[in-house]
Amino acid sequence: MTKIHVRDFDFFYGASKVLHGISMDMPDKQVTALIGPSGCGKSTFLRSINRMNDIIPDARHDGLIEIDGKNVYGGGTDAVELRRRVGMVFQKSNPFPKSIFDNVAYGLKIGGMRNRRQLNEIVEKSLTRAALWDEVKDRLQTSAFALSGGQQQRLCIARALAVDPEILLMDEPASALDPIATAKIEELIYELKDNFTIVIVTHNMQQAARVSDRTAFFMLGKLVEYSETKTIFMNPKQKMTEDYVTGRFG
Amino acid sequence: MTMHRHFDDDIEAIKDMLLRMGALIEDAISQSIRALLDRDTKMAEEVIARDDEIDQMELAIDKRTIELIAKMQPAASDLRFVATIMKITPELERIADLAQDVCERVIELNREPQFKPVTQLPQLAENAQKMVREALDAFVRGDAMLARQVIRHDDVVDQLTEDSFRALLTYMMENPRNISPAIRLTFIGKYFERMADNATNICEMVVYLVEGKMIKHTAPDSP
Repeated sequence: MTKIHVRDFDFFYGASKVLHGISMDMPDKQVTALIGPSGCGKSTFLRSINRMNDIIPDARHDGLIEIDGKNVYGGGTDAVELRRRVGMVFQKSNPFPKSIFDNVAYGLKIGGMRNRRQLNEIVEKSLTRAALWDEVKDRLQTSAFALSGGQQQRLCIARALAVDPEILLMDEPASALDPIATAKIEELIYELKDNFTIVIVTHNMQQAARVSDRTAFFMLGKLVEYSETKTIFMNPKQKMTEDYVTGRFG
Repeated sequence: MTMHRHFDDDIEAIKDMLLRMGALIEDAISQSIRALLDRDTKMAEEVIARDDEIDQMELAIDKRTIELIAKMQPAASDLRFVATIMKITPELERIADLAQDVCERVIELNREPQFKPVTQLPQLAENAQKMVREALDAFVRGDAMLARQVIRHDDVVDQLTEDSFRALLTYMMENPRNISPAIRLTFIGKYFERMADNATNICEMVVYLVEGKMIKHTAPDSP
């Protein structure tokens, strides 16, 4: 079933058009990887899904992005509510200068939740889902900055999960992490897809191959090929995709 | 713009090793045929002696290919190339073993008086040899059309195997003294027929390499 439906989506920064007629359907509870060289538009596209580009001056779009059949940019869509439903994890982990507990509870408190018992439950559930609970359960009140890079990134994932999103957008979530922390994030992505729809931007092609069900290859703002991940990595249809995944690209 | 990759040098090196192995195997087949037709025991012994060299090449290719997977994590056509190499190298090694088997039977046959000529047998051997040669050509050139032609040709070889078996069976029924050489020749027919099967397997992998399609265990022209 399609979760995110995109048709003829263009995106502009001022006069410069950075996305050209993107059309793709991302299925529910699967991992879709966006790959392509730097500047190909994959991150811009990712950020279009939860309207993170809204705050950029002079940015505008054309075309359609729907989640569950509802236009993301339509008049009836509240951007704040949209971003609760569509969580985001960034390349560089960005915990707030607060305790571990308060980082995870932050979105809930903003949303007006005050019930301590309920907060405790959701914080524990979110940290467990982010595969971090066992490592932090005895020090929830210590600063988030005391955690390692990999733990901080999982904390950010827990923070995103706490507000019960349906979609997680990940922009190179492991590119600043060592191989062990990377492997943990990848395992986490694999487990999370039972409950969430995940879209991940990655420069690491092996990572795309390992974690995703479908892969989209972007080049110069265009969607060159979008297919099952195994097809992209075993038998891509486009020569440009072939050249990129085999590292022939200059 | 296409960039040069040192991966391409590795691929070329492996291809080169495989081709040298292929050349040795083609020699082994043609020498085994000549040993059979000329009753040349010495030549048969040479083929047997050279088999070790082919076995060593198989090991060297395996080693190099596994290293390539470990270091480069190949994708797309690179991945299919590596998979193809790993599947066709044992087929080639098996063909060399079969040429050796032919030579062992030739040596045994040469200890007995010359047997009646079985016309289908040289024809069978030459057809099998042609299939192996063309399978290697198809691999080198990445020619899926030639590969498919070779696969279709396997039916001709199967028919020749059947024909030579019938002829040999007739000889055996004529005179029990014919049984020993005729059985050895039946074996030889079977060895060449197996070589053709191995060539078919190689060609199936060539189609996979070029088109990404696994045609094994399907009809040759099915999509």
